[in-house]
Order: sequence, then structure tokens, then C-alpha cells
Amino acid sequence: MEEHHMAQTQSEIRYLTPLSVDTKKKKYCRFKRSGIKYVDYKDAEFLKKFLNEQGKILPRRITGTSLKFQRRVAKAVKRARHLALLPYVADLMK
Amino acid sequence: MNKYETVFILTPVLSDTQMKEAVEKFKSVILDNEGTIVNEENWGLRKLAYPIQKKTSGFYNLIEFEAEPTLIAKLETAYRRDEKVLRFLTFALDKYAAEYALKRRQKRAAAAEQQPAAQEPAAPAAEEATNE
Repeated sequence: MEEHHMAQTQSEIRYLTPLSVDTKKKKYCRFKRSGIKYVDYKDAEFLKKFLNEQGKILPRRITGTSLKFQRRVAKAVKRARHLALLPYVADLMK
Repeated sequence: MNKYETVFILTPVLSDTQMKEAVEKFKSVILDNEGTIVNEENWGLRKLAYPIQKKTSGFYNLIEFEAEPTLIAKLETAYRRDEKVLRFLTFALDKYAAEYALKRRQKRAAAAEQQPAAQEPAAPAAEEATNE
């Protein structure tokens, strides 16, 4: 009870639900987090996570991948495309 | 000696024996030039993501090998001369890639042990088939 009282006195404005601003999820590099060091061009299913529906490579600002691994993902995708594991152009790939 | 892996796609018009012959041919190119084959995989007939030379499917093969860099040019000219090859890619493995390849090999070996009859035939199974 005391704690509740403290919170009331500290700030005038209170919200029933927390503001949406601070609930924004932080993006992270999945390679760094899970310790993947090599992006395999043979694993087309995994690489599809970094492509949009047209088969284009998603930008880093959306996937959150670090620059180092974005470069490697891009290389791997291009290799996979050469081997026809991934399409160069597609619609509704997923 | 460097570690390499090479993937090539053969035309789907080949029969099973012709396909194996072609694979043997490229393997012998590696072996004749003092390379050693570490691993080979046959992914079987797969659909291509886009048509190549008006074909919509192809036989995928992967060979992992160790060799001198001079071998690569010879192997790639052999690929280019062969009409049966739709696409090829040779890739030099760095230490992380080699680590990954080793893990992948072990994983595949374990999977093959669990289900020997099911799915793609592993390398020894493919050899048995040619003997029959």
C-alpha cells in the first residue's frame, strides 16, 4: 500500500496502461545474439527470413542485422540466387 | 591446401546412371589433380527457383574437397565444357565456414544413421546402388 501511495505523489499524471512509446521493441542482430558466425548460402529457408515477398533483400533498418552480417547475408543470398535456390524476382514468395 | 566446396546442377534429362557418371567425372578431375574429397552430397532432383536453359528442375550435387588453388580453374573449365551442367559454384571455405561445414556433415551423418532407408541416399548408399 505504501508503495502505491508513493507513486501517486511522485507524478501528477498517471496512466492506466503504459505509453506505447516506451514499449517499442529494440531490434537486435540475430547473428550476434545467437552466435552464428557463418551465413550459409545453401540454407534457402533461413535466408528467406531476410527477403521480402518479391525476393528482395530487406534493409538492415528493418531486420536489425549488424552491418557485418548484413554484408554476409547479402553475399549468401546472391550465391543462393545463382544456384537457383532463391529466385531473383518473385511475387508472393511467402 | 585450401578447403573448398562446389555445388553444381545437372540437367534433369539425364538418367540415374548418367547422372552418377557425370558426378564421377568431376570427382576424378579433383582426384587427378591431387585433391582429396572430404564429403559429397547428392540432394537429388530439386525444383529450380527460376528456369535455367528452359529447365525447371535439376540434380544438385555438392562436393567438399581439399586442394591447391590451381585445381579450381581446371575444375571450372571442366564444368564449362560439360553441357550437362546448368550451374556451378565453387566456394573457398574460411575457418568459420569450415567449422559450419563440419557441423553440417556431422548432423547429416547422424540423421542418416537414424533413418538409413528414408530420404536422400547418403554417399555410401549411392555407391551401393551403382554396384547392383
